[in-house]
Amino acid sequence: MDLTLLADAPTTAERAAVDAVVGSAPGTGPGSPTDPADGTGAADEGRRDLLLPAFHAVMDAVGWISRGALSYVCETLHVPPAEAYGVATFYALFSVTPRAPRIAHVCDDVGCAAFGGEDLCAAMEERLGPEGSGEEVTWTRSPCLGLCERAPAVFLQTTHGHGQIAPADADAVTHALDGEDVAGPDPVVSTPQAGSPDLELLSRVGVVDPGDLDSYRAAGGYAGLRRALAVGPARVVDEITVASLTGRGGAAFPTGTKWSAVAGSPDPVKYLVCNADESEPGTFKDRVLMEADPFALVEAMTVAGIAVGARLGYLYVRGEYPAAEAALLRAISEARRHGYLGDDVMGSGRVFDLEVRRGAGAYICGEETALMNSLEGRRGEPRAKPPFPTVSGLFGKPTVINNVETLVNVLRIVEQGGPAFASVGSGRSTGTKLFCLSGVVARPGVYEVPMGTTLRELLELAGGVPVGLKAILLGGAAGSFVTPDQLDVPLTLEGTREIGATLGSGVVLCFDESTDFAAVLRRIAGFFRDESCGQCVPCRVGTVRQEEALARIERGREIGGRTVELQLLDDVDRVMTDASICGLGQTAASAVRSALSLGLIGSGGGARRNGDHP
Amino acid sequence: MTTVDLGTIRRLVSVTVDDVEHRVPEGATIMDVLDSAGADTPRLCQAPNLTPVNACRVCVVEVEGSRPLVPSCARRVEDGMVVRTDTDRVAHSRRMVLELLGSANDMSQAGDDVARWSIEYGADPERYGPVGPPAAAGERGNRHAGHHSAPDGETRATVAQPVTVDNDLYVRDYARCILCYKCVEACGTDAQNTFAIAVAGRGFDATISTEFAVPLPDSACVYCGNCIGVCPTGALKSVAEHERREAGVWDPEGETVTSTICSFCGVGCTLELHVQDNTIVNVTSPHDHSVTHGHLCIKGRFGFQHVQNVAPPRDR
Repeated sequence: MDLTLLADAPTTAERAAVDAVVGSAPGTGPGSPTDPADGTGAADEGRRDLLLPAFHAVMDAVGWISRGALSYVCETLHVPPAEAYGVATFYALFSVTPRAPRIAHVCDDVGCAAFGGEDLCAAMEERLGPEGSGEEVTWTRSPCLGLCERAPAVFLQTTHGHGQIAPADADAVTHALDGEDVAGPDPVVSTPQAGSPDLELLSRVGVVDPGDLDSYRAAGGYAGLRRALAVGPARVVDEITVASLTGRGGAAFPTGTKWSAVAGSPDPVKYLVCNADESEPGTFKDRVLMEADPFALVEAMTVAGIAVGARLGYLYVRGEYPAAEAALLRAISEARRHGYLGDDVMGSGRVFDLEVRRGAGAYICGEETALMNSLEGRRGEPRAKPPFPTVSGLFGKPTVINNVETLVNVLRIVEQGGPAFASVGSGRSTGTKLFCLSGVVARPGVYEVPMGTTLRELLELAGGVPVGLKAILLGGAAGSFVTPDQLDVPLTLEGTREIGATLGSGVVLCFDESTDFAAVLRRIAGFFRDESCGQCVPCRVGTVRQEEALARIERGREIGGRTVELQLLDDVDRVMTDASICGLGQTAASAVRSALSLGLIGSGGGARRNGDHP
Repeated sequence: MTTVDLGTIRRLVSVTVDDVEHRVPEGATIMDVLDSAGADTPRLCQAPNLTPVNACRVCVVEVEGSRPLVPSCARRVEDGMVVRTDTDRVAHSRRMVLELLGSANDMSQAGDDVARWSIEYGADPERYGPVGPPAAAGERGNRHAGHHSAPDGETRATVAQPVTVDNDLYVRDYARCILCYKCVEACGTDAQNTFAIAVAGRGFDATISTEFAVPLPDSACVYCGNCIGVCPTGALKSVAEHERREAGVWDPEGETVTSTICSFCGVGCTLELHVQDNTIVNVTSPHDHSVTHGHLCIKGRFGFQHVQNVAPPRDR
């Protein structure tokens, strides 16, 4: 393919930023996309998989992607400029127009808005002017930043580094934008149970030094990998299957089924991918695990990779999680230095290594096939299934893709055995589960409880059922609302399904009677309209029509009356649920549907403000 | 001796569609089965000469064992597959796809099939409220992913915007663009391998664009016109057709089609000359032609001025 490039030349800074990425990228190592033995065709496309890292480097260096920078990236990685532009404009953290090089992303999503987020937006507007204005510093509204336990949250994207502030106030944000160091969030305060002997997934959180391999080993680290290497890959896959471990990202697919399929594939090249693109509004459990116990994820991925026969694993970390990314990079480098990763893992002769890739602001990339497209340097558009990733995944190769929490569970299963894991919980819901409590709870944070714990018991752990509790958003924006009379539901896949809800990614976001549910719904509808990739019609247009109809209902400006609008919403809901390509569109009406059926909005209640819009 | 190419010999599998069993070659799509059975299955992003992209979702069917509906254009049949096309869910989704597109796009040049399906399935795009104001030229391409102004619902958002005319051969009327990806595929790996255009932006604000939305003459475009050839809604069309439509003299009923062979090189592409008022207005090639698969080059598609001595040469 001949490239036709724009005439614009890169600046020295842009060129240096791109060269640093391409120069430092692992070249043709075993299992890498350009491994000549691989023959996937990825090599024919140059190193397109470095497109996002190259754009990140340019953003980090100069704050936006100019024509010259894009052309240079295209020339270096051999990507057609129209395609590269399509990729750059897909991700919210990239800008192809000049923008202030220091920007504060202020969360106004459901977990923050009523808990200081909207006030902070107003304060930022007062100080810095409207969203996006300002040549040196600016601010913008952001979807959930995964710091809901310490609302309101801010993510700083600047040419002198990235950071998170939570809880944030206007002073702290402006100081940080001016270059003052900000202390990263301390994950320990996010886990009120820290140190309790009952914990499994969270057992090391707040106990070990996340930057110190010795500390991790002293707390039992790498016993899992040692045992996995001793018993061999086949036995490890069996234990996972026996444990009945289900995916913790929201879809609850049986992990053993994925692993067996890839382990059994005759293809010599396979991949392991960790989905750490946690961005379901209200979810922050994976962030806490990565920040506070990064070696556990690195060890678990090593166990998984060797078990399924992958020699390279990719860790796709949400772009808004700089602390987690830093912790993982440090842990990987330490693990590699001590022989826990590389050409001879723990002296076993087995090969496994990890690469960290940073997301760039796209909720859809939490969908597994969209994530793989993103890793390959493409727009984060979901692929048609079948073929499933276990058959044709990353770079067209058999791929296991698992969520962070799912993978961390692997260590315990390997150490204690599948039956012991399966003895906790019931049915398909085995082991312990992390829940993200936020909103009007006394002690928000990540909680670990055995599957089957009731919602009420979970709330008791966090300081009791909140006074004036009106509704709980269970499972995230893609989940649904439950009401105080449903608190005795056992938190299992089966139990939640029975009441028409879902565990989702473990979100338990509590709202009290003072809540403006119309505002909550407006934000959720706006979220899906923003985050739809645009590939399929039901989701691309349906999310727009859903948001418009809700706006009319909220303002009392229904076309043809309430019944007609509800019918319209139901029609849009059905086509999105039935005919969208992926889970985003299929669940984009879920929370709206449940709020309407519970009468949280549109019932003439307190949230309705007819007088506001004459 | 004559040799007959039998192709790959494929075993037959059994598929049940609406209670009728069909024996079809393994590897066929559900749509292949529906077509051979004579069903009128709606389609927009599907084309026989392009890789299915499953984007429009108007061809969905129910497949036993699958909770979501399945795009018939892309899903390959499996032995024992049970398909239903006669259910409320299928009819509802097809209607809603046509309705949602009609509510956001100008579908008036999408052809008779789309008009028929819209009536047949009962699409009612007008129920989403009055049409909102059109975007200024270039505005839609400048929207930042993940950010939009919250609507008040008084009007419905559309993709309306002015026609882009930046070259002598074809226009881009993106108010009609349904993002079916066909032009991108034809420009890319499915035909031309030029990659001058791609989908840019995200969600409802996604557009078909060159890099930084530069005019086509500044892009990699080679003016093969294969994007025009596959566009289902009239978003991409020749300047000749655009000007005739604008002047109110577009006359599809009076159009004749003459088949010939392109004389520019030795490949021997079959051309179909579309003639209105004794003037060639478009050139196409049949998608089932073994040489072209419906795709042409700039010479075949646009190099016809010399055969019609109607207008004097432009620049002398």
